Amino acid sequence: MSDTSFVRTEMLAEQDPPPTSVGVIGWLRANLFPNWWNAILTVLCLAAIWYVLSGLLGWTLRSVWTAGSLSECREVMIETWGSTHGHACWGVINDRWLQLLFGFYPPELYYRPILALLLLIAALAPVLFADKVSPRLLYVTAAYPFLMPWLMWGGSIWTPVGVAAGFVVAYLVGRALRGAVAGLVLGILSAIIWWMVWFGFPVQTEVLAAGLGEGLAAISPDTAPFLLETVESRKFGGFMLSVMIGVVAIGCSLPLGILLALGRQSNMLIVKAICVGFIEFIRGVPLITLLFVASTLLNIFLPPGTNFDIILRVMIMVTLFAAAYMAEVIRGGLAGLPTGQYEGADSLGLNYWQAQRLIIMPQALKISIPGIVSTFIGIFKDTTLVSIIALLDPLGLSNSIRADTDWNGIYWELFAFIALLFFIACFGMSRYSMYLERKLKTEND
Amino acid sequence: MQKSVFYGALAAAVVIGGAAGAATLDDVKARGNLNCGVSTGLVGFASPDASGNWEGFDVAVCRAVAAAVLGDPQAVEFIPTTGKTRFTALASGEVDMLARNTTWTFSRDTDLKLDFIGVNYYDGQGFMVPKALGVTSAKDLDGATVCIQTGTTTELNLADFFRVNNISYEPVPIETNAEAQQQYLAEACDVYTTDASGLAATRASFESPGDHVILPEIISKEPLGPVVRHGDNEWGDIVRWTLNALISAEELGITSANVGELSGGPTNNPEINRLLGTEGTLGDMIGLDSEWAQRAIMAEGNYGEIFEKNIGENTPVGLARGLNAQYTEGGLIYSPPFR
Repeated sequence: MSDTSFVRTEMLAEQDPPPTSVGVIGWLRANLFPNWWNAILTVLCLAAIWYVLSGLLGWTLRSVWTAGSLSECREVMIETWGSTHGHACWGVINDRWLQLLFGFYPPELYYRPILALLLLIAALAPVLFADKVSPRLLYVTAAYPFLMPWLMWGGSIWTPVGVAAGFVVAYLVGRALRGAVAGLVLGILSAIIWWMVWFGFPVQTEVLAAGLGEGLAAISPDTAPFLLETVESRKFGGFMLSVMIGVVAIGCSLPLGILLALGRQSNMLIVKAICVGFIEFIRGVPLITLLFVASTLLNIFLPPGTNFDIILRVMIMVTLFAAAYMAEVIRGGLAGLPTGQYEGADSLGLNYWQAQRLIIMPQALKISIPGIVSTFIGIFKDTTLVSIIALLDPLGLSNSIRADTDWNGIYWELFAFIALLFFIACFGMSRYSMYLERKLKTEND
Repeated sequence: MQKSVFYGALAAAVVIGGAAGAATLDDVKARGNLNCGVSTGLVGFASPDASGNWEGFDVAVCRAVAAAVLGDPQAVEFIPTTGKTRFTALASGEVDMLARNTTWTFSRDTDLKLDFIGVNYYDGQGFMVPKALGVTSAKDLDGATVCIQTGTTTELNLADFFRVNNISYEPVPIETNAEAQQQYLAEACDVYTTDASGLAATRASFESPGDHVILPEIISKEPLGPVVRHGDNEWGDIVRWTLNALISAEELGITSANVGELSGGPTNNPEINRLLGTEGTLGDMIGLDSEWAQRAIMAEGNYGEIFEKNIGENTPVGLARGLNAQYTEGGLIYSPPFR
């Protein structure tokens, strides 16, 4: 019997992993071809992707850029590739992209919407990236709601200044009379009186003819410096119009939605009833109905000759619509907070608004971020519905462009361009919300 | 039910609006421009070009009225309207007139309290089929699939036609004209039916228009004309006679090229003189100056010129005059005399 037992006396040197499990091949094996079933699926998927991309990229890239009409496009295609099938005619975008962006806004004034957009970015920066930019930019944010209409519609600088001053008056009066409700009511009243004086309503001559009224008349609208050329609402159109309506609706619906959500949870019967009634009514009616009310029904009920700007009407309707949805999203966030948070706030002796501001809302809003942003995205895309009431947003313009005999019969190129514009905006919003969620993530979530 | 409530509200508004804003002419003059309701886009009839200038067959009527009233064919604000907003836009005073391929029907003229001031285009519903189908008459279409816009009078006309001829069809409901073109080209339906002018424009946009034929049957009457509000007859007269001036100008051989020369002094034709204001006081009678018709004709030319420029046989739309020829040429276009 021989002693054949074997004991290794030294450690084996580390070896490289087998070449089939590292590098590209390893990754492929692990992720794409781990077994024969997954391998088949991978091959099928690759084939599908290749099929779609080959058509799509071929159509997008092997295309005509410089033609002045669809028939010219087709001639070029026949000349170059021998067939018109599978080639895009981007000539229409080349010809009309300014119109798709700005509508009928006068070309020599394009700097104004562009400036408004740049200011929008500056105004949003301190809100969106509070930790990265100087808080001084908040002054831009505060001024923006008054600057934007002035830039877009033109007119005298004193109009936005007067409107802004009304808010200052309301704030000062409200502060002077610290008694909560009285201060609020008087503040609003004084602002309304201010605006009436400023914009020369009859009050000016009757009540305040002397002194204040006359002093203001010197700098009242239409007589002042910084007079921008007026641009009428019906010249507005294209993506600019969508962005304007979208930004106003998004900007106003969040605070309105918060108030509505709080009102809905309030113990005060009338406030609660109004909020519930508003939310349920608006959510129970399609947006397109509200837009029809804005465009046609209001015309009938307002006295003839009233000039209530159509874009303003649409903005109000879209904002109200968005606010109702926003209220429910935020109510979801509020419901997600444990009761302990409310009780904790009470036990610290905070009053209602302090508790909301310091304890409840920061948490409720954080929970609601995905819902809030998807409401934003939804409402931004819903702005295309205004084409049904004959406002020329990009989709409405695509129809007008097709009505030109040069471009009759062109579809996908226009829709692809419009889709790209909306995709950039919506994707941006979506990525920002993910960034915000990551930033606000805390350990105990 | 809903419809009648809506129309009731509309009618009430028209009464109020009509009473309050009776003098459209004064409003237009004070404003310095004409608010003209047009389509948001219809090939050959109204479309904005790349720099936002509107052009087309309906647009030309607006320009002629602006030229007659204000002396400037450019003094028009074009207000795009959809099929749903057009009548309220007019009733509420948002626009002074509609020139928007609107069919003159009994209920619109009476129940909606509108005034159709004439017909600038006689249209009718037709059929387009691929040549390969080998069909020469709409009566051969038994069992065909038909692309049709839902909720329009075309849908009802189609049902009537097939019922009267005792043949069957299968409707493919679609929402817009653009969608219809795509469906038809993708062969989702054998036949596409809409107004004949629309069919011609659609066919013109195809890659090979020759592969498609428009069948000879026209199954409905669609007289399209400019519309004004009920109750302001002075304004209605101005729009009506501006259109008639364009029509008479063609009949009398007045074109945009020779109108200047003809209005230089009285010619041998008294009707030309009356129309152009070198004789008589027709302008006074409608509250305008004597050169109103000259300016209307100068704006875009006479009826025939407008037709040829926007939708005639030399344009991509390529419509023959047909019913829209002067009555002297066997058509229906006929203006009452200027006397």
